[in-house]
Amino acid sequence: MIERRPGLTVLSHVVLILGIAIVVFPIYLAFVASTHTRDEILRVPMPLVPGAHMVENYTAALLGTETQGARVVVGRMMWISLVTALVISIGKIAISLLSAFAIVYFRFPFKKIVFWMIFVTLMLPVEVRILPTYKVLADLNMLNTYAGLTIPLIASATATFLFRQFFLSVPDELVEAARIDGAGPMRFFKDILVPLSQTSIAALFVIQFIYGWNQYLWPLLATTTEDMYPVVIGIKRMIASGDAAVDWNLVMATAMLALIPPAIVVVLMQRWFVKGLVDTEK
Amino acid sequence: MEKRVLFRSAWLPWLLIAPQMAVILVFFFWPASQAIWQSMQTEDAFGTSTVFVGLENFKTLFDDPAYIESFKVTALFSVLVAGIGIAISLLLAIFADRILRGSLFYKTFLIIPYAVAPAIAGVLWVFMFSPSIGVVSYGLRKMGMDWNHLLNSNQALSLIVVAAIWKQISYNFLFFLAGLQSIPKALIEAAAIDGAGPLRRFLTIQFPLLSPTTFFLLVINVVYAFFDTFAIVHATTEGGPGRDTAILVYKVWHDGFRALDLGGSAAQSVVLMVIVVVLTVIQFRYVEKKVQY
Repeated sequence: MIERRPGLTVLSHVVLILGIAIVVFPIYLAFVASTHTRDEILRVPMPLVPGAHMVENYTAALLGTETQGARVVVGRMMWISLVTALVISIGKIAISLLSAFAIVYFRFPFKKIVFWMIFVTLMLPVEVRILPTYKVLADLNMLNTYAGLTIPLIASATATFLFRQFFLSVPDELVEAARIDGAGPMRFFKDILVPLSQTSIAALFVIQFIYGWNQYLWPLLATTTEDMYPVVIGIKRMIASGDAAVDWNLVMATAMLALIPPAIVVVLMQRWFVKGLVDTEK
Repeated sequence: MEKRVLFRSAWLPWLLIAPQMAVILVFFFWPASQAIWQSMQTEDAFGTSTVFVGLENFKTLFDDPAYIESFKVTALFSVLVAGIGIAISLLLAIFADRILRGSLFYKTFLIIPYAVAPAIAGVLWVFMFSPSIGVVSYGLRKMGMDWNHLLNSNQALSLIVVAAIWKQISYNFLFFLAGLQSIPKALIEAAAIDGAGPLRRFLTIQFPLLSPTTFFLLVINVVYAFFDTFAIVHATTEGGPGRDTAILVYKVWHDGFRALDLGGSAAQSVVLMVIVVVLTVIQFRYVEKKVQY
């Protein structure tokens, strides 16, 4: 603080509290709606304080209820989202560590080309190759499988570059020392490089877990049967029937369930999250 | 940049990059080349034979008023999302930078929208603005404004803009805060001693020094608005009313999977590819070197 200006400090807090109120309101409202019955929500305006039906709504959502003929079991969808997010984040980190290791610590023909090929993937998001990618997936019989939901997403230019950047900053003396002690490249990778990369790995994990959990367009293409929907897709199906018929209490319970895991990861791993965000964009 | 000390092996590096290369070739390069190839072909009415038509699909595309309209909507959408989003986040970051007590508390709440999936964000906002049961639309009606984003296209656009901004606030805020905190305190102290008040210090020191961050965020937000907002549109307006909120990525999906127009969708993919390439080049050429943390 440069100088004391109590007025300005108060104003700062007021602005921030207002900002937070607006930012958190949609989530608060979803929580409130998830604790009322459907009829209570449909009575306009809906109540703005939590009601008494929290447990039954969440149980109903998790275990599934018979609604308009479509049975939506959020428990199953949460499981699919969790597996997908974990495979994507761990897979991305693993294959990026390996490729960065190859690029930094070896000399091999066409290295430049390999490097540029990885870079170019930054310019090829799913959106620009949407139909053909779907076709590849269908031809490989990977629709409605965990492999189909995850493998196409685990290539990562940003993670590779992040690790490359980090490896370049690792002192050469470590390689020499490892060599003198008779360690081969994989030993060096496993016992020295990976442990040194821990912070970067943690930071990337947070970012990629959220990325994986929140995927929408890809699962929309890669899944056609309800038993393979991740929760983010499933919730959209629940509101497809228009205002009056929608079980908003269950939809909002599902929304809360869908946003809690990534929110917990971000809040608990806040330090790594911020680092990951800043690092991956460099 | 190269390492001085390297390992030697003829086959190990290939093995190490093999998984990444396999995924890239199968799921990135092959489909992308297919998209380019298909964009120059057309199918007959029964889908039995394809003919090479050169740039015909692109000509059709740019002669189609619906596509031009989608371009305009996307442009307006991204300008609004980037502009308003950056302004709000900057404001919050300036005040968060000033306070000493409770900043972790504020930060924790402000980063939560980042964790919320775009589709979930869309659902939350649709719920608040639903014409029949929404709390906010009820409030607006009380104030004499009839809200119905299912019929009014300006309101539909506002809805996706607000949802998209909400989702991106965390990101912008964190970068602005990091930018503000990296400005040397000595500069600000010197200005304060010379008698410059907080507003003046912001306008003449902090804001100019933040310009690399601002420019970087501008590019990132435009990329975000162009490519990462499909889920928001799909979960809220579904491109409606009519096609008034069908932004480019929504349209490419819709034309490919709903209207089953292969050549047209592929041509749209290629146009999008060109846009990403341009944005990526801008990001790496003009942004990277100037942004410092």
